[in-house]
Amino acid sequence: MSKKTEVIITGIGQIPVGEHWETSLRSMAGKAMRKAIADSGMMKPQALYVGNMLASTLSKQAHLGVLLTDFSGLIGIEAETLEAGGASGGSALRQGYLAVASGMVDVALVVGVEKFTDTIGPEGESALATLTDADYESVHGLTVTAQAALLECRYLHENQVPADGLAGFPLTAHENAVGNKNAMYRKPISLETYQKAELVCSPLNLYDISPTADGAAAIILTRREFLSSRYQNPVIHIAASTVGSDTLSLAERADPLWFSSAQASIEAAYEKAEIKPEHVDLFEYHDAYSIYAALSLEAAGFARRGHGWQLAADGAIALTGQIPCATLGGLKARGNPGGATGIYQVVEATLQLRGQAGANQIGDAKTALIQSLGGPASVAVTHILVREDE
Amino acid sequence: MEIARHWRLKEQRYNLVGTACPKCKQKYFPPREICPKCGSEMNTGYAFSGQGEVYSYTSIYEAPSGFEDTAPYTVALVRLEEGPLVTAQLTDMGDTQPEIGMPVEMVTRRLRSDGDERGMLIYGYKFRPLLK
Repeated sequence: MSKKTEVIITGIGQIPVGEHWETSLRSMAGKAMRKAIADSGMMKPQALYVGNMLASTLSKQAHLGVLLTDFSGLIGIEAETLEAGGASGGSALRQGYLAVASGMVDVALVVGVEKFTDTIGPEGESALATLTDADYESVHGLTVTAQAALLECRYLHENQVPADGLAGFPLTAHENAVGNKNAMYRKPISLETYQKAELVCSPLNLYDISPTADGAAAIILTRREFLSSRYQNPVIHIAASTVGSDTLSLAERADPLWFSSAQASIEAAYEKAEIKPEHVDLFEYHDAYSIYAALSLEAAGFARRGHGWQLAADGAIALTGQIPCATLGGLKARGNPGGATGIYQVVEATLQLRGQAGANQIGDAKTALIQSLGGPASVAVTHILVREDE
Repeated sequence: MEIARHWRLKEQRYNLVGTACPKCKQKYFPPREICPKCGSEMNTGYAFSGQGEVYSYTSIYEAPSGFEDTAPYTVALVRLEEGPLVTAQLTDMGDTQPEIGMPVEMVTRRLRSDGDERGMLIYGYKFRPLLK
């Protein structure tokens, strides 16, 4: 792609992740959208792409595209929703990227939003379980968390990993969330706390599972030719946008412990961006569960098969490590607001590349790898962001 | 209520019927219409023996609706002797602790109840430790 058609992120906006009992889905999304527009220098979007996973079930609300343009003073513009399970946010970003890169849309607004607290208790678990195969998984009582548990049980067995071997993932995430005012859990946890935590879905304990929560985050995308001469921030462009897929159900994989969609989309992204794994300054992986973080590191080429957990145990994923991950808390400690998660990842990676990540700043971060997973990597959406020197 | 949906799956639920590829002979559960391996169309049913071993398992403490009464319960990936993995609950375990590699066999049990006492009872396959 020539420089001319490069897609630039000019605006970012987010609200804190948490339980927003007093705020509606439309209001949460609207706040994030307005922040992104303001951050872009008041660019006027021509299209809105919404990343959302379960509003039809959780909030009994579909048709989010026009709900949000209508509520946010954008009546008249193109508006639609993208759904790809937990990768819905990444998928909406991808759609925005395609629209702007193609030249069909000059300025796109992408928002990810999820409102979990509109439904509580077993109904919430059931809503999440609709992301699995209804005829062959959820009817047996399988949940999304249980999918991760099945993978971790086998992973620990095959690789002789100690029972607390994955502790490094939540420990790092919680440590990093302390410096993120938009994170849900801004408290470090100790190894002892992890070891004593109750089992939720064996072998997963409470800290192996990212908390579902409310959240909304938004970005503005445009092409270089529309950048204002008064634009203040470092220019961040999307150097790659790729998607890979696998079977929906875990059981139908030839090799469940290998995230092949994650590998395929990351390899394609490296090629597109013309970089190698060693050029990546930070990796915002999809740590919905500790085991997904381990398998993602392996799929991305940062660890050999069966050794991803060691990067967490050795501190390699810490802010000062060789491959910093979940730099502002990740899904585990920033929180996992479903279809908004992929957009939080982009917002956070953009903060890092702009040098605006505060106490969590990765020194001279230039290249960020972002991956959004739907299910156990049933779909994997990968983006590479690059800061331009000039 | 999803009466037609569950009725439609009776061959799978009660007899573990999947498909076999007429060309490359690969066997699948659940049934598919296109062989992912060779791309052939498949329309031949294949009834699996129901014998297999535990590939992985988990005990679920936070159950979705329809399963609250049975939590905690154990769901496994079972490697059928013909090759495919299948997702199913382990049942009739007594004092036996599940473990990877444990031989199991298919039985028919109640999977879940839909709604109140007037709701539908859904039956289908689960796996129990192989009777010696």
